[in-house]
Amino acid sequence: MTTDVQGSASSDSMLRDPRVRAIFYQILVIVLIVLFVAYVGHNTAINLEKRGIASGFNFLSQPSGFGIGIVLLMDYSSQTSTHLDVLIIGIINTLAVSLSGIFLATIIGFIFGVLRLSKNWVVNKIAAVYIEVIRNIPLLVQLMFWYFAVLSVLPLVGDSIRFGESFFINNRGVNFPAIIPSNGFWVIPVTLLVAIVLSIIIGKWARRRQDLTGQPFPVFLTSLALIIILPVIATLVMGSPFTMSYPEFGRFSITGGWSLEPEFLALLLGLSIYTGAFIAEIVRSGINSVSHGQTEAAHSLGVRPGMTMRLVILPQALRVIVPPLTSQYLNLTKNSSLATAIGYADITAIFAGTSLNQTGQAIEVIFITMLFYLVISLLISMFMNWYNKRIALVER
Amino acid sequence: MKKASFIAVATAATFMATAATAATLDDVKAKGFIQCGVTTGLAGFAAPNNDGQWEGFDVDFCRAMAAAIFADPGKVKYTPTTAKERFTALQSGEIDVLARNTTWTFSRDVNLGFEFVGVNYYDGQGFMVKKALGVKSALELDGARVCVQSGTTTELNLADYFTANGMKYDSVVFDTADEVREAYLKDTCDVYTTDQSGLYAQRSVIADPEAHIVLPEVISKEPLGPLVRHGDNQWGDIARWTLNAMIEGEELNISSANVDDLKANTKNPSIQRILGVNGDLGQQLGLSNDWAYNIIKMVGNYGESFARNLGEGTALNIARGLNAQWNKGGILYSPPLR
Repeated sequence: MTTDVQGSASSDSMLRDPRVRAIFYQILVIVLIVLFVAYVGHNTAINLEKRGIASGFNFLSQPSGFGIGIVLLMDYSSQTSTHLDVLIIGIINTLAVSLSGIFLATIIGFIFGVLRLSKNWVVNKIAAVYIEVIRNIPLLVQLMFWYFAVLSVLPLVGDSIRFGESFFINNRGVNFPAIIPSNGFWVIPVTLLVAIVLSIIIGKWARRRQDLTGQPFPVFLTSLALIIILPVIATLVMGSPFTMSYPEFGRFSITGGWSLEPEFLALLLGLSIYTGAFIAEIVRSGINSVSHGQTEAAHSLGVRPGMTMRLVILPQALRVIVPPLTSQYLNLTKNSSLATAIGYADITAIFAGTSLNQTGQAIEVIFITMLFYLVISLLISMFMNWYNKRIALVER
Repeated sequence: MKKASFIAVATAATFMATAATAATLDDVKAKGFIQCGVTTGLAGFAAPNNDGQWEGFDVDFCRAMAAAIFADPGKVKYTPTTAKERFTALQSGEIDVLARNTTWTFSRDVNLGFEFVGVNYYDGQGFMVKKALGVKSALELDGARVCVQSGTTTELNLADYFTANGMKYDSVVFDTADEVREAYLKDTCDVYTTDQSGLYAQRSVIADPEAHIVLPEVISKEPLGPLVRHGDNQWGDIARWTLNAMIEGEELNISSANVDDLKANTKNPSIQRILGVNGDLGQQLGLSNDWAYNIIKMVGNYGESFARNLGEGTALNIARGLNAQWNKGGILYSPPLR
């Protein structure tokens, strides 16, 4: 080795060199970790083989054989679909409830965070009670509450609460008319996309114009008009390229139309109201972190309170809000795995639950499930870090 | 140097860890009790009574094993498992035996690495609906919402049955039988499906059992039985012959009431063998020779256990049906103990 060549005196001094010792200890730690992992893996493999338990990922191509309550965006049949399809459906269902939950929780959180700072005593206290009560009850209990105590005591299907002819609320969820695409339907989403792109361009143009000339432009109203009017025109031009499917009373439940299942609703409500309370506190602390002098300065310039909040306070508060907000989004996504308690078909319930049980391959299934949650959490983190950088204070 | 000794330790630990799984009987004797996996609560099969003691048909099997090994049916610790957790619990060695109305299937026996030791209850999957729906047959269930427990053969049979009959259904899947019952009672779903014994058990704890009807169709074979891990044949033998001793006991009319009398006075060589008066069946299993005597004396024969937990007069009120002895119209048939 190189140390021997340099003679005993220098190797003695190298032993005392803190840098060499640091490297030695790091190598030692790595070797220990590698050995530990190898030992665990080896031991597991031996024991699996000893007990004749199958291993490997072949089970993913085996037919699943069981039914799934909620299937979005995919065709699923218990006879032909595989455990891989179950995994994909689980991922879609988890993403569906997490993303809608994040959206709803953010709205709830911002509203109650602002209300919590209201000078109106009643409004302020209502927000305080919401935040304190919700934050201090375990999420699982709240999910049970929404599912078993709220949604399942709604009227039975026969006595559904009706809004108009084809919008029903009952203990099997919410039913409303569905849009069934026919020939030429693609034009409508495409025009919607065009409208959104146009709105973004107009927004940028308006900002540049305001910077140059000081003239404001009604960006919000223009964008709203574009987003509504363009698809409507497309629909009329194409001669309504879709048919409607209306919910109707069947032998057991309501058939036809679209429906939101009570399992999904309970999970969505539970997750977003719970996380919303935490976000409200984050928003409140973010707003409080902006010096009161800013508000006074804006007011003295004659800026109205609403605009002060929107244009002066929130942009500065966001810098404080976004990092903890990220961890709330991650919490919400991970908490969605409690779905299994109320029968929602998320990845934990159907893949790490039923598929695991039917195939018995606990290690592979749990590994895939953990990998999914890890990847999705890292993606959310990456996106929020990108957003955080964008809104960070630009020092001149 | 350090590294070398670590490898030595690690290798030794590997060998120890793998060797330790071999003799379950020795492990059980050393710790002084059997760790038995049961349901999280299913009336008649395994549920804690008012004093917090587990009792039921499956619990009796655990107690019988303890009686055979320790001559004390109380030396059992119970691990409540959901249908989903049960297999992992047994695979990982958390429990020594699983007695949890589990259906014996090919893939569970072969692919999951288990050893089913026999059948203690012949069952079949059925459907329960509310009488008010006016449904008379399972073939009328097209479009229904079905509540089902996850991780069961029930889920698979359900899909098969509806596909075979060209019907559609929505499944709502829960972890425990109690959650399924709760959702069914709250009318979140129209149908509750599980093994018929489970339906009767659940109906027995519903406030108004008369308002619910179990449909006549039985859509599957569900041979329920206890199981152990692959790879320890001695332990598998003890479990298998504990069950057979209870069944054989009923066939030979040996009950907890007359077992002492028979042991002292019988001239029947079959009874003498099973009670350990003659032969060394117990020693062949690695137990004492009065193992089967202890089972029948302390827990009872199969018929006694059935009558106490499931039979007529209990809340479940299940007829023996398929579960009668082979010479009494059923299919219960123990290989001879000789």
